[in-house]
Amino acid sequence: MGAIDAGCLLFFGYPITPQNEIPEYLSKHLPPLGGTFIQAESEIASINLLLGASATGARAMSSSSSPGISLMQEGISYMAGSELPVVIVNISRSGPGLGGISASQGDYFQATRGGGHGDYRMIVLAPSTIQEMYDLTCLAFDLSDKYRNPAMILGDALIGQMKEPLIRQKPEKMDLPPKDWALTGARGRKPNRIKSLYLQEGELTEHNWKLYQKYERMKKEEVRFETVNVEDARFIIVAFGSMARVSKSAMELAREEGMKVGLFRPITLFPYPEKGLYDISKQVKQFLTVELNTGQMVEDVKLSVDRDAQVYFYGKPPGALPPPEEILEEIRKYYK
Amino acid sequence: MELVFKRPECLIDVPFHFCPGCHHGIAHRLVAEAIDHFKIREKTIGVASVGCSVFMYDYFNIDVVEAPHGRASAVASGVKRARKDLIVFTIQGDGDLGAIGIAEGIHTANRGENITLIFANNGIYGMTGGQMAPTTLLGQKTTTSPYGRDFTYDGYPIRMAEMMATLEGSALVARVAVNNAANLMKAKKAVRKAFQMQTEEMGFSFVEILMSCPTNWGLSSLEANRRVEEEMIPYFPLGILKERKMADYL
Repeated sequence: MGAIDAGCLLFFGYPITPQNEIPEYLSKHLPPLGGTFIQAESEIASINLLLGASATGARAMSSSSSPGISLMQEGISYMAGSELPVVIVNISRSGPGLGGISASQGDYFQATRGGGHGDYRMIVLAPSTIQEMYDLTCLAFDLSDKYRNPAMILGDALIGQMKEPLIRQKPEKMDLPPKDWALTGARGRKPNRIKSLYLQEGELTEHNWKLYQKYERMKKEEVRFETVNVEDARFIIVAFGSMARVSKSAMELAREEGMKVGLFRPITLFPYPEKGLYDISKQVKQFLTVELNTGQMVEDVKLSVDRDAQVYFYGKPPGALPPPEEILEEIRKYYK
Repeated sequence: MELVFKRPECLIDVPFHFCPGCHHGIAHRLVAEAIDHFKIREKTIGVASVGCSVFMYDYFNIDVVEAPHGRASAVASGVKRARKDLIVFTIQGDGDLGAIGIAEGIHTANRGENITLIFANNGIYGMTGGQMAPTTLLGQKTTTSPYGRDFTYDGYPIRMAEMMATLEGSALVARVAVNNAANLMKAKKAVRKAFQMQTEEMGFSFVEILMSCPTNWGLSSLEANRRVEEEMIPYFPLGILKERKMADYL
């Protein structure tokens, strides 16, 4: 729905649980709008159909879940190298391998550390409500166009299959650069080339520095995060996506017991809110990172906070989501 | 004096990097002539595949996007689905289409994508230095089949055109060669037909061109031409395998 409201009329995908709601919805709603839905023969084909569509300057999207996203990494690397704006949704499931279909945050590294080959970054947005699923999808299209870079929505089986109230309000249009690089036919201009192969001496070095500058600009301009009760906090829980919801409940339980606990929720996983965390860590010295994996984002938290801050970790491998009481127990363990 | 033979408008005036005697340059010219013929240069998009054909953007005076290895037909389909008014083609080698990208190729044909796929079949991986391809002939020595391709080890050479012709989605399937003047004229006609069918929205058009690779075959240009005639054509027979006369409608 967010994609359609962002002007995306092209979708390419392949069935995989737990994200089938997205292609099923779009296969119904895109054709009447004059859009195109293709169920491809694989995620490899999906991502390359997306590459081709994006090369024309059109807004296009694909969605999948963890094993399918692994298959897409080749195409994502090519699109990062070719500077093509696309949106990819990962309603992640649990792994490694075929894993299972329960919620997991095991794809944090894959999403934020490249996943594919080469020195590139992808904009990664992590919704924690259905409203954000909509809002961040709209934003992802704008950001990918702004930076000519792939953007990913990293949800999980919980966010992907939940029902919640939604206010469908199209966001204000961002002021975006013209797509003069798009392939539209070389009429009255020199031919455009979209490529990632640079063999001439020095060319690839220059290209990589150019990409680096872009990622640095994202770090300056696009960081987004939410904080709850940090003003008087002595202890901060750091969590994203569905785990931020459980953590929020745990924070409330802790507050009822008189512990001054706050919540820091990164919304952009790349660019990571390093400065936001660092600023807080000048006052607050205790951080508990809560993840639905055995420890991934905690590395970024450790890299972000002031050196004398303590970073604890509570992680759960895929399976049942931990109840807030479990996290509360952890808070009690460390809270000073 | 009247100019009777000139470079197609669609080709940039630079020398090809292809090895002496390689047929790739001829394939480029046939495509360029077809684009010129239909006056579609300004609305044609090329999809560069991985292999010797990747440098398409150095030669064609048109917009070009580069595809990952084997994915050219999927990328071409994506371009076409986004912009049905554009003419989209790709030139894929035998490793690209017959091995790593065979799924994408078959499904592109099966969906009847209205694009043109030129299949450059020289039975070897040219750019990576002469490894065995899915279309390498039995007994043929390559750098990874040093004792000759043996079907008990490596299976058989794949006949892509025959496979494409079985699919309902394909509109034109032809196999041609450019090793002599008579074959070249037929090849020119087939490539032109492929672009014509795309402009008429007839569906997927596929032209396999048997090509020489003198460098990796270890032959002179003339010997390589003879090998196309004597060894390749008997296994990969030439001709129009399928030609749809009317577009499919629901």
